Amino acid sequence: MTENILECKNLVLHYTAKKGVVKAVNDISLGLLKGESLALVGESGCGKSSLAKAIIRLLPRNIQSYTGEILIDGQDTMKLNEKQFREEIRWKKISMVFQGAMNSLNPVLKVGYQVAEPLLIHEKLKKNEAMEKAKEALSVVGIHESFVDRYPFELSGGMKQRVVIAMALVTNPAIIILDEPTSALDVITQANIMNLLKRLKKERGLSYFFITHDIALSSELADKIAVMYAGEIQEIVSADTFYKKAAHPYSQKLMASVPTLRIDKKPEFIPGAPPSLINPPSGCKFHPRCPSAFDKCAKENPPIFDLGSGHIAKCWWFEQSEGKK
Amino acid sequence: MNKNEELLKLENLKKWFELRKGIWANPVFVKAVDGVTFSLGKGEAISLVGESGSGKTTLGKTILRLYKPTEGKIIFEDKDITYYEPKKLMWYRRETSIIEQDPYGALPSFYSIYRILEEPLIIHKFGNSEERRKRIHEVLEEVRLSPIEDFAPKYPHMLSGGQLQRVAIARSLTLKPELVIADEPVSMLDASVRIEILNLLRELQENFGISFIYITHDLTTTKYFSERLFIMYAGKIVESGKMLEVIHNPLHPYTTALLKAIPDPDAENRKILRDVPPGEPPNLVNPPTGCKFNPRCPYKMDICLKEEPAMLEPEHEHFTMCWLHAKK
Repeated sequence: MTENILECKNLVLHYTAKKGVVKAVNDISLGLLKGESLALVGESGCGKSSLAKAIIRLLPRNIQSYTGEILIDGQDTMKLNEKQFREEIRWKKISMVFQGAMNSLNPVLKVGYQVAEPLLIHEKLKKNEAMEKAKEALSVVGIHESFVDRYPFELSGGMKQRVVIAMALVTNPAIIILDEPTSALDVITQANIMNLLKRLKKERGLSYFFITHDIALSSELADKIAVMYAGEIQEIVSADTFYKKAAHPYSQKLMASVPTLRIDKKPEFIPGAPPSLINPPSGCKFHPRCPSAFDKCAKENPPIFDLGSGHIAKCWWFEQSEGKK
Repeated sequence: MNKNEELLKLENLKKWFELRKGIWANPVFVKAVDGVTFSLGKGEAISLVGESGSGKTTLGKTILRLYKPTEGKIIFEDKDITYYEPKKLMWYRRETSIIEQDPYGALPSFYSIYRILEEPLIIHKFGNSEERRKRIHEVLEEVRLSPIEDFAPKYPHMLSGGQLQRVAIARSLTLKPELVIADEPVSMLDASVRIEILNLLRELQENFGISFIYITHDLTTTKYFSERLFIMYAGKIVESGKMLEVIHNPLHPYTTALLKAIPDPDAENRKILRDVPPGEPPNLVNPPTGCKFNPRCPYKMDICLKEEPAMLEPEHEHFTMCWLHAKK
């Protein structure tokens, strides 16, 4: 087995808010192999983006606690101070494509400069060298190099998204975090961006940490699926198994809620709303909405059960079956 | 309910927006809606699908006469309302309503839910305050916001996105309209709530025999929601027909591309590249000559560059605007 290029162990991230402590990331452990892509799926407000921000350490100021281990390429980044992290890790080893690319570009700077900026800052390249590399990165994502002198408003939505991907690629990181990279795009543009990401993964052996709430879209990129609910990982499973028979009741409900074009089945919805992260329910956090909940679920929070071959699920239903499969 | 009875008919409807670049410059036009013809039966639900910038929202708003049409006709219940003055349109406002995309922005934040729902009733002089209260309770029950006593005095910021969208739906139903246009009603909502809201809309539409136009860019949800499908591209309807007929047997290359671009949840997806046309929808100020899809079309022929195809009916009740089907 190859090494995990990214590994989180017992990661915790809590925010302070007026009403109390927001438990956005609760004791999360997961790993990402080299060249693998992991899709993190869940409803909005379940802490997906917080987990990503905790990994790349782009955090707001109202942090209550931020503990655990994050190993990037074997190095525990939690031990680094902010300066070391900025110089050695962020954008060199791990970069991020933000949600809503439309708004993540600076409107008053030319796109070429924005792509070259990480090189000027991190690698201390001269401006003309950096611009050459920026042109290269832009042509990798399918944008003609003459676009370096354009401003973001001159570009369409799909092109802006490509520019943001070029920004993430330009320093040649091994891991890219994609936070809903296509949520504001049209379907055909989305398919084009997905094609680009697949091609890059194959050619460069990139590892993706792909955040989405769209299950159908997650199948485009994921080798492995992590299902998140109320700040906790509920299930981690290979894509091949997930789309056929997910184990956790929440994963099954999520799968049933996906409207499909070609398969003739009526989608169902999950009754109720996601819980508040300030006052989560007792026991298993999904139990108020879970169709197969029993007494124990309301009282005790289940541990993570190993179902074999890397498949884990956090549900009392697997208490007996553990070790048998 | 007789679905053959016509409620709304559009004839070559156009909405061009004028752009002036300088005082003496000749105006140029953004041809947002450029000749749309269709009819909608009573109690029928149709879906209008297109990418952003295809003019689908403008078409919806023009039908509701929130925009003044540039050319063509809107016939509603045998009355040609295309150029009615705003004062003469009050009855039309009662008969039609809109559900907007963003429930967070569509509801005034300083009104209580009760007040939001009462507003249209007051404007249209519906009964006295007791009758209005009754009607508000009725619609809140219809959209299943219960207990009503809890929800009515709340303000929008106290509700979740799904609940807000229910309030927006309730508001659109208070005056018992004949025609409701839902403009991307679920795109701002969470995936698990979407189906719930769409099921609710479908149920209300069927129970009250409302004619429905569902505007969206998401083809997968239309399947459960409407009987007919209209595909819009660059201000025109390029294909229309019965829902399953269009999905299983698309005639226009653009429809084919749209269908190919949509993933179904399947682990095999990650191993294939999708065969989709490159490029983006055209600029509506200077659209390409001939067929507007020609720069992205894989089956482009010479004639596509020169002449715009007419609306053809290659198969029964299945229309398309494409030269590929001209000779059949």
